[in-house]
Amino acid sequence: MESQILTLVTFFPLLGIVLMLAIPKNQHDSIKSICLIVSFITMLLSFWMYAMFDPIANGMQFEVDIPWITSLGIHYHMGIDGISLLLIVLTSVLSVLAILSSWISITKAVKGYYISMLLLEVGMIGVFCSLDLFMFYVFWEVMLVPMYFIIGLWGGPRRLYAAIKFVLFTMFGSLLMLVAILYLVFAYQSYSGEYSFDMLKMMELPIAYGPQLYLFGAFALAFAIKVPLFPFHTWLPDAHVQAPTAGSVILAGVLLKMGTYGFVRICLPIFPEATVAYLPYICVLSLIAIIYGALVAMVQKDVKSLVAFSSVSHMGFIMLGIFALNLQGIEGAVLQMINHGVSTGALFLIVGMIYERRHTRLIEEFGGLAKVMPVFATFFMITTLSSIGLPLTNGFVGEFLILLGAFKANTVYGIIAASGVILSACYMLWMYQRVIFGKVTKPENEKLKDVNWREKLILIPLVLIIFWIGVYPKPLLDRIEPAVKQVLTYVSKATTVNIGEGIQIDQARTTDEVEIILGEVDPVKVGSEGMEE
Amino acid sequence: MSDYLYLIPLFPLIGFLLNGLLLGRLPRVVVNIIACLSVAAAFIISVLVFFELKALPPDVRVIEQTLFTWIPSGILQVNFGLLLDPLSAIMILVVTGVGLIIHIYSIGYIAHDPCFGRFFTYMNLFMFSMLTLVLADNFLFMFVGWEGVGLCSYLLIGFWYHKKSASDAGKKAFIVNRIGDFGFLIGMFIIFWEVGSLEFRVVMEQAPVVFIAGGSLITTICLLLFVGATGKSAQIPLYVWLPDAMEGPTPVSALIHAATMVTAGVYMIARTNVLYMLAPDALMVVAIVGAVTAFFAATIALTQNDIKRVLAYSTVSQLGYMFLACGVASFSAGIFHLMTHSFFKALLFLGAGSVIHAMSDEQDMRRMGGLGKHIKITYITMLVAALTISGIPGFSGFFSKDEILWKSFSSQHGHPIFWVVGFVTAGLTAFYMFRLIYMTFHGKERMDEETRQHIHESSKSMTIPLMVLAVLSVVGGWIGMPHIFGVSNFFEHWLEPVMAGGSYEPVSHALAAGGGDVGMEWGLMAASVALVLVSIYFARTFYKTKPQLATAWRKKMSGLHQVLLNKYYVDEFYGAVIVRPLIVFSLFLWKVVDVILIDGFVNGSALVYEGVSESLRRVQTGRLRSYATLFVFGVVILVAYFVMD
Repeated sequence: MESQILTLVTFFPLLGIVLMLAIPKNQHDSIKSICLIVSFITMLLSFWMYAMFDPIANGMQFEVDIPWITSLGIHYHMGIDGISLLLIVLTSVLSVLAILSSWISITKAVKGYYISMLLLEVGMIGVFCSLDLFMFYVFWEVMLVPMYFIIGLWGGPRRLYAAIKFVLFTMFGSLLMLVAILYLVFAYQSYSGEYSFDMLKMMELPIAYGPQLYLFGAFALAFAIKVPLFPFHTWLPDAHVQAPTAGSVILAGVLLKMGTYGFVRICLPIFPEATVAYLPYICVLSLIAIIYGALVAMVQKDVKSLVAFSSVSHMGFIMLGIFALNLQGIEGAVLQMINHGVSTGALFLIVGMIYERRHTRLIEEFGGLAKVMPVFATFFMITTLSSIGLPLTNGFVGEFLILLGAFKANTVYGIIAASGVILSACYMLWMYQRVIFGKVTKPENEKLKDVNWREKLILIPLVLIIFWIGVYPKPLLDRIEPAVKQVLTYVSKATTVNIGEGIQIDQARTTDEVEIILGEVDPVKVGSEGMEE
Repeated sequence: MSDYLYLIPLFPLIGFLLNGLLLGRLPRVVVNIIACLSVAAAFIISVLVFFELKALPPDVRVIEQTLFTWIPSGILQVNFGLLLDPLSAIMILVVTGVGLIIHIYSIGYIAHDPCFGRFFTYMNLFMFSMLTLVLADNFLFMFVGWEGVGLCSYLLIGFWYHKKSASDAGKKAFIVNRIGDFGFLIGMFIIFWEVGSLEFRVVMEQAPVVFIAGGSLITTICLLLFVGATGKSAQIPLYVWLPDAMEGPTPVSALIHAATMVTAGVYMIARTNVLYMLAPDALMVVAIVGAVTAFFAATIALTQNDIKRVLAYSTVSQLGYMFLACGVASFSAGIFHLMTHSFFKALLFLGAGSVIHAMSDEQDMRRMGGLGKHIKITYITMLVAALTISGIPGFSGFFSKDEILWKSFSSQHGHPIFWVVGFVTAGLTAFYMFRLIYMTFHGKERMDEETRQHIHESSKSMTIPLMVLAVLSVVGGWIGMPHIFGVSNFFEHWLEPVMAGGSYEPVSHALAAGGGDVGMEWGLMAASVALVLVSIYFARTFYKTKPQLATAWRKKMSGLHQVLLNKYYVDEFYGAVIVRPLIVFSLFLWKVVDVILIDGFVNGSALVYEGVSESLRRVQTGRLRSYATLFVFGVVILVAYFVMD
């Protein structure tokens, strides 16, 4: 069982789908209960997996590698390192909370909705577990379908526009990614004589500089759209504003991380030279995202689109941390992926709670909620502070490491990014002030009920995580560090990069590899010509 | 006992958690007891560890305690670690001591507010953050306290959140502080990547090796840290939040915005004095900013009519003195003034609180007057504080201010101009302070009849703290008497081990330099005392004996008066140059760049696609004749092509 833990965690939600299919669609309570219980057990399984995970060991753990479609070299290959471990746990926790948050607000086509939620969970966890590009791609696309329905069927007034926009953007990116995957497979075949979709093998594959640029570009576009990196972000505010609360939570909490995860898992180790080549452009786009997202967030009139634009800004931080290409930067970025999932997830849940009460999210419709909903105001405050990155909340640890790493990589980048810290305080506190402080000006707000026990049940775990990571992030950082060092070892093939402290690299081996890479003989090119015919 | 160092911040944290989690479920008495007891416990332990530290020989007066690793990442290893040395020992005594007095005062002050629980919750959280700030053994843990006190300041300024002015002021404080923190952060980054550690001990040990004295790197670091200090300690150009912070309850103004939090910048510079000693240019900037701020804020204080605003600008001004002291490399003088200031300024604020209480929440001094005979304890204690801040010999403020003035003149890093600015500011200080005293406690009673009927002295829980602080304001300075009085300056010797070893210039040098300096010191002292007395006399003439004179002068210099009354229009300037353009630019980014350009491109490409499909669709007419025509055309072209080829 232990060796199959990844399969179990990934596909356990399918059990819920099967059970739900057997239940008549009007039995809402049983459907909801099954969905909640199944996702809860999935969460417990992911905790168990966390407990079994060896924080010291290098490389992938719980690896499963079974030939699947042998003629094409496709394997059922799963395995996780510290990065994917934490993202899986985040996914399973947010799924439970998202399902809980839908309890009352989703009234139509209940069965379809909860089936979509569980299917989405399968897709998300699958992406984080996959070590085979084929599986990775399949899970990547599997996520798309339920998300499309969640936005398009259970969303707001402009849900169709938002859903189609979301799908088209993502599809556009993922098609290019598919082409790049196929290219890699053929390149590997001409290099080693056999087909393979194996990510780990691709990391050992020498790829000439030119093709690397195209391949990196194709993957990076798919991931950048997902992140979303400026200027590919315009699907995000629409999708968030139209999606139901749970959809926004999953979208912001997990789906955006697919992009940054893809960069860390695929782009950096497989295309190290291209990473260095693209680095300045991506860093500049990240910086624009940080500042631009914050400024545009500041003037939003709808709380939800404010949070959406703040995500653009925060994800810019994460991208910058990754492309700092040093230990602190990437570690901070990975931790910040978790943090952003927690705090932005919490923010969307909170926005959902006032939306359920008032059926509006316009900032001007509120004011003085501290008076009528003091407990709610407290939760909101803590989440806001976490989003601002106040020390002793989770946001600070990640942001600090990212900025520290970015500063090392490039002083100017570090300084510009750090100014984003000021802006985040501006837009969040201004919004908080207008929603929570002041006098109750609207009569509709006078009788609002404070958070109930179900809502507390949703928010308390998130608040605890916020403080836990803020005060004692060591267990997480300990698990992230070996994985990040591994990534950096691959990146260090591109010798011009300062790979940061604390990394032991076999110098001789690295030099050899560099020679192969820079050598004139280029097996990949031969392969690519063969492919075109 | 030193093993229990962590208890000092822990007790207020427990108080915060108890009062916070059980908010609204505890009776008032229990809330008060939890809040005050937690601070009292912290104070008692602070006293105990102070004596333990004192028992050690001076050169080994350091007690360290590491709690656990906070952020480990490669070579970055940040701990939750505490450091008790003579400097932090002074700070924890001031913070817990004054903090305790103000907590007790608050019981009476906040008694009529239904939100007392929330108030004490925030206050305890503040104590925790402040104690973390001063006890931290590394920059990043200090930053935890640094931002923590900023948060509490934000929460407490906006305590009466239903008032827009209050929540505005809180937000302003937080954001302006964040601007300062930005500098602090960058400074930390450079330190870390140069030294490889953020621990004070390591950084201070390594700094002389790693950095070239007077080099641009160390100067940059010090200036960046100083940006942080100007934010927290309300110096030019980031002082604008502090006057607005008076929207908070008065005990908050006393504790956070006078006695403790705003002095954090001074503490930080004293803590990193080794770095500053390596960067004389940065020191000069600190001194100039301090001196200018001291003068600038004092001029604004001359014209303000809100009793708390006078005190707020006075605080900015006095903080300027402390920075002046640090800037002339006399860090212990800065810390000494920090301590005495925390006594007398806390007293002034609490006294003002008592006045406001008596006046049914009136804060405008133009509607006060003659209160001296109604609220005697408040009057006498505030008078003591006024004499102290003005620098009347014998009171604590005299010793600390005089020390700064003398050092700004005599120190290697000093300059006579610094002394002149400090000297003039001392005169202004005495004037605005006694203007406050005379307008409030003397002269005609200008309040309306209903308010007059309600004038009453505050309860014991408020007046006893006033009396305690009054005593401290008098005697607190006696531990730092100058050498020319023929006594040993305990305070300076106490801090000596913390201050940069070789480069620090002990006062004995000045003495050794010859009798002329001693004569000079007496002379300058006499001059400043004389100026203070003259200023008090003028204040008495203007605001007590001949009020018509003040009116006449105001008319004569109405232009200058308007500028000062409107605080040099700095807020308006920031609004017009930074805030509004930023919002307009953001709106432009959203409405134009995001919606029209980027999304326009996205939706436009969809429209183009639709249009092209639409026109291509028209080719599919379904009529055989047109297909046949096209077919013929195609054949002709193909044939033509092959024939030509």
